[in-house]
Amino acid sequence: MVENVEELIKAHEGIRREVYFDIENSSPVPKEVIEAMLPYFTTRGYGNPALTHKPGWEAYEAIMKSAQKIAKYIGAKNPEEITFTPGETEANNLALMGTTLTSGNKGRKIVISEVEPVAVLHIAELLQERFGYKTVKIPVNNEGLINLKKLEKEVDKETAIVSIAAVNPEIGTIQPIKEAAEIAKTRNPNIIFHTDFSDAYGKIRINLSKTKIDLATLSSYKILGPKGIGGLYVKEGTKIEKILEGQIATQRLWPGIENTPLIVGFAKASELIFENFEENLAHIRKLRDKLINGILLQIADTLLNGPKGNLRAPDNVNISFLHCEGEALTIELSLKGVYVSSGSACTRRLLQPSHILVAIGRKFEEAHGSILMKVTRLHTEEDIDYALDVFPEAVQRIRKIVGSTVSA
Amino acid sequence: MSRVPLPYNPKVLELFRNPKNLGKMEDATVSAVAGNPMCGDMITFYLKISEHGVIKKASFESYGCAANIATSSILTEMIKNKTLEQAWSITWKQVTDEIGGLPSIKFHCGILAVGALRRAIRKYYKEKGNMPNWLPQDLTFEEKQALEEEELAKRLTKRIGGPK
Repeated sequence: MVENVEELIKAHEGIRREVYFDIENSSPVPKEVIEAMLPYFTTRGYGNPALTHKPGWEAYEAIMKSAQKIAKYIGAKNPEEITFTPGETEANNLALMGTTLTSGNKGRKIVISEVEPVAVLHIAELLQERFGYKTVKIPVNNEGLINLKKLEKEVDKETAIVSIAAVNPEIGTIQPIKEAAEIAKTRNPNIIFHTDFSDAYGKIRINLSKTKIDLATLSSYKILGPKGIGGLYVKEGTKIEKILEGQIATQRLWPGIENTPLIVGFAKASELIFENFEENLAHIRKLRDKLINGILLQIADTLLNGPKGNLRAPDNVNISFLHCEGEALTIELSLKGVYVSSGSACTRRLLQPSHILVAIGRKFEEAHGSILMKVTRLHTEEDIDYALDVFPEAVQRIRKIVGSTVSA
Repeated sequence: MSRVPLPYNPKVLELFRNPKNLGKMEDATVSAVAGNPMCGDMITFYLKISEHGVIKKASFESYGCAANIATSSILTEMIKNKTLEQAWSITWKQVTDEIGGLPSIKFHCGILAVGALRRAIRKYYKEKGNMPNWLPQDLTFEEKQALEEEELAKRLTKRIGGPK
């Protein structure tokens, strides 16, 4: 099988340019971030931050300074409100399980939305199927916006936790997250309000201390930081317990040795976004619109998934190409140097296409032909021009293979 | 459940890039479709059959992934100048072997291709009004699987309330 991959990679030789848009699933790490991390692998801070020697104290200093930075960017009260975890997956598990299974919370109901990322969806389903919790999903409109009235109705005295992603990772919908937290807490002040903030961090401004949000999942790779690190904002006083046992660490909620270099990289990637926030935002928004408009104008039978304009995450592009199967299109685009992902069942390796696209009313055929892309501060106008050059011929070729099989 | 990688082999990639016998056949003797757009997996086969029951030309169209495209394409090559009886006897396993193997999660692509071909052959004899002895009355494994995939699409629509 590995020989096959070698051949597949070789098939890409001679492509004119490479543009990577699959930030949803993994990302490259810029040189500045690597350079910030390097000393912590080799020359300083390689010790355990809980121990009494110089490399340990250096590690502790680096971790605390990183937490301070991130705390500042999201309006956390202090660096202790940031718990570093090995990634978003772990942070989401800590948030949902640490406030139900291990916290002694009496509430038996979990409220999420119909368009929660699978990370949260699967945990909520596990809690329902294996541990007897009741999971309720709040419906959304055709732009992916949650129904706040339904939320108000569903949050009751039985509810333990409400979890709604602030920005939808697939279709880019920016939820009225502060309002949702207000509504939920007004209905029951004892609930924990969690948001998967992975796609919002570095894309929208928030001051978490001034909201009713208790927990927020943070992502490193989605802002071009290293993989293998993420975080959970935990508002002071929130009832949450750790979900893994092990060596007691400097962080109360996550055992094991802190990964200092990755934490430093996460903070550096944050700094590169936030210290130039408005400029970065204007740049990605401009490229996003150029990519969306260019595709919709040039290629017939295309649909934008998710809202337009300011309700949409500044980096998110999600378009359905009708009469076009998504996995085939991702391969065709890859052979031309444009790297994207699809919400098709084949790409997901599941029998169903993206539940998020189905929830906003897309037909299965429309979901199978969906392509997801995210632009970053490092993309250029030329990258977008190249993608717009490549897309029409790629779509045309796949549609030619489909022919009359799927009638218009 | 795991999300296995999909290291398609060079033969699959080649047929994906340059599919043989692609396209609608205007003068086809018979054509048949298998699969469902809801599953993102659908194949149409076109056959030009001589009066002696030999496949003179075969072509396909595919709404599906790279494996779907490649298996359909290779099957049209395998059945060229074969009698309908010979074409009927080709199994999904032979198609998969011919293409140099597929990741297990893509086996159903080969199954669907054979299902579509057999559906076309059955249709041909049904239209002619005489069923040869070698043609089994009951649906074969591949034909059943194609049906099952089509049924699954219907069930999925029901279960999740279907596309709005």
